[in-house]
Amino acid sequence: MISVVFDERCTACNECVAVCPGDVFDARAGQSPVIARPDDCHTCFMCELYCRTDALYVAPQTDERSVSHDQAAELSGDFRRESGWDEWGDDPRLRNQHWRLEDVFRRARGV
Amino acid sequence: MSGAEILSARADVLVLGGGLAGCWAALRAAVLGASVIVAEKGYCGTSGVAATAGPGHWWVPPEKGLRENAVSRRLAAAQGLGDPVWMMRIIERTYETLPSISSHYRYEPDDNGVIRWHALRGPEYLRALRQKVVAAGVRILDHAPAAGLLKDSAGIVTGAHGVLRQGTASEWRVRAGAVVLATGGCAFGSALLGAANNTGDGHLMAAEAGAGMSGMEFSSVFTVAPARTTMTRTMIYSFAHYYDSDGYRIVPPAGPHDNAFLAGALARGPVLCDLSAVPEDIQRQLPQISPNVVVTFRRMGIDPFRQRFPVTLTGEGTIRGVGGIRVTGPDSGCGVPGLFVAGDVASREQVTGPVSGGGAVNSAWALGSGCIAAESAVAFAGINRVLPEPAESRLAERADRAHVAREADLAGLREVIASEMLSPEKQYFRTAGNLLKTEVRLAECHRTLATLRSETTRRGQQKFRELESMLAVARWCTASALARENSLGMHRRTDTSSEEFTPFHITSCGLDMVRTRRVPVEARA
Repeated sequence: MISVVFDERCTACNECVAVCPGDVFDARAGQSPVIARPDDCHTCFMCELYCRTDALYVAPQTDERSVSHDQAAELSGDFRRESGWDEWGDDPRLRNQHWRLEDVFRRARGV
Repeated sequence: MSGAEILSARADVLVLGGGLAGCWAALRAAVLGASVIVAEKGYCGTSGVAATAGPGHWWVPPEKGLRENAVSRRLAAAQGLGDPVWMMRIIERTYETLPSISSHYRYEPDDNGVIRWHALRGPEYLRALRQKVVAAGVRILDHAPAAGLLKDSAGIVTGAHGVLRQGTASEWRVRAGAVVLATGGCAFGSALLGAANNTGDGHLMAAEAGAGMSGMEFSSVFTVAPARTTMTRTMIYSFAHYYDSDGYRIVPPAGPHDNAFLAGALARGPVLCDLSAVPEDIQRQLPQISPNVVVTFRRMGIDPFRQRFPVTLTGEGTIRGVGGIRVTGPDSGCGVPGLFVAGDVASREQVTGPVSGGGAVNSAWALGSGCIAAESAVAFAGINRVLPEPAESRLAERADRAHVAREADLAGLREVIASEMLSPEKQYFRTAGNLLKTEVRLAECHRTLATLRSETTRRGQQKFRELESMLAVARWCTASALARENSLGMHRRTDTSSEEFTPFHITSCGLDMVRTRRVPVEARA
């Protein structure tokens, strides 16, 4: 569940307000968005992927309401990095290897 | 909401749903010269089950005999319900259409330098589709859940209307020459990744307009996920071993099998997953194959390859199931003039039979049926046709009803639907007795809901409509499971023994009174 908006990192671009498929956030004039409807969070992590300043943290547990701010601050941004988005796009180690998926299934079947 | 500000627009083609099927449909219609509007409940690009996953597509090059072989293998699996013509059409569509995504999707070559055109990672794929849709001049309405179809006095679908969750206007109303319905399957509010918006809204709209369902009994797929999470990505579990809390291995049946063998153990207590058999190179590659899987474990403090962790079974409803709106012709129509269906909202029996199409066939179906439905919609609509004024239609507040539905009322009804439709034991091991109990409970929910009217807030209206939709789909699924008295594919009846049969579909329809019918599969030349 969406847990934290880091005000100190947020640029108030409101991209998360737009991209959240559950419409969880409300924009505020000149401020970071507020998590207005946490129970509507889909725990899909998409807001984090679209947040260029890593100002959001989604806990993987759907019922998690309280996470350590420090731990969240440390972990936030890993989805965007592992996905090779934005400034990570030119790092060869982070290249999209999704094409391996069918090979993994084949190996598991012993083919 | 009389007096509320309404966003009004018109288009040749209106597409409801901005996921895989809806985006491909919108692109195809725009390429043919139609003006197109996409209305998406969430955000076109992040919403839906493809955006969070990694769709492969059924991919068969046009080389000697390959396609014929692929179709005959699939036909055998389809146990009499498959249609080779539809299968071939989606193979062809996918092969000729999908590589065009490379204008906006960054394919990476495999270890041999080959591009695998059919394998796309969800977030990047749907982002690329949105960009292509926008570049094609399509207008997107995000955060615009549809509530109902507009019809003219002759019963022809001429648009749709719904709620706007963001912005100053609180409702939208689009008049269109034809509508493509691509609202996805119904997951009954399960924690399935990316499925929270998939509440069957399109099924209900189509049924209200006169369409029927087919194959709703094929709605019993469950996927393994770490407990308390949404992470239903399946790949890594192909190496999994499972244990009960006493450390005894839960042994799967020999040969191909689903996750039913875990259902009994889960009902008795925690089930732990062991992924230590995942080869070391795959462990290292996983972050770049499926980033969200790694992120989930990392944040829970679990090393999944060295520690056992508790798992759950998450219901898929009709998503990795098969059933949906009955496709009545090669035009992807559904028997309602002006309405065409695409993707998971439609029944996929013709391309998968009674077994799950998995990602590959379902994605090819989404793309193929999206393109075909779009072409039919453009042909039906014409370009810039003058539209008759539809009969007045507003959001269904049910203003004549006695009580306003509070969130607690709706939550209680949602809980009943989930306890019936998302129970692995009830859905994996169906009996007439249990199905009848489910039918009675759901009918009680329907009677309760029929006394309630929605709150007049945007959110209240959306949630009310979602509940009506999930409940209708649940009742069609249950009635269809009762009507098919023998096991077939994923539909498992433990109270009857399978026997030879002439293949038939189970169709279902009706809201106050649910009806089912056996329809023999049409003889094919």
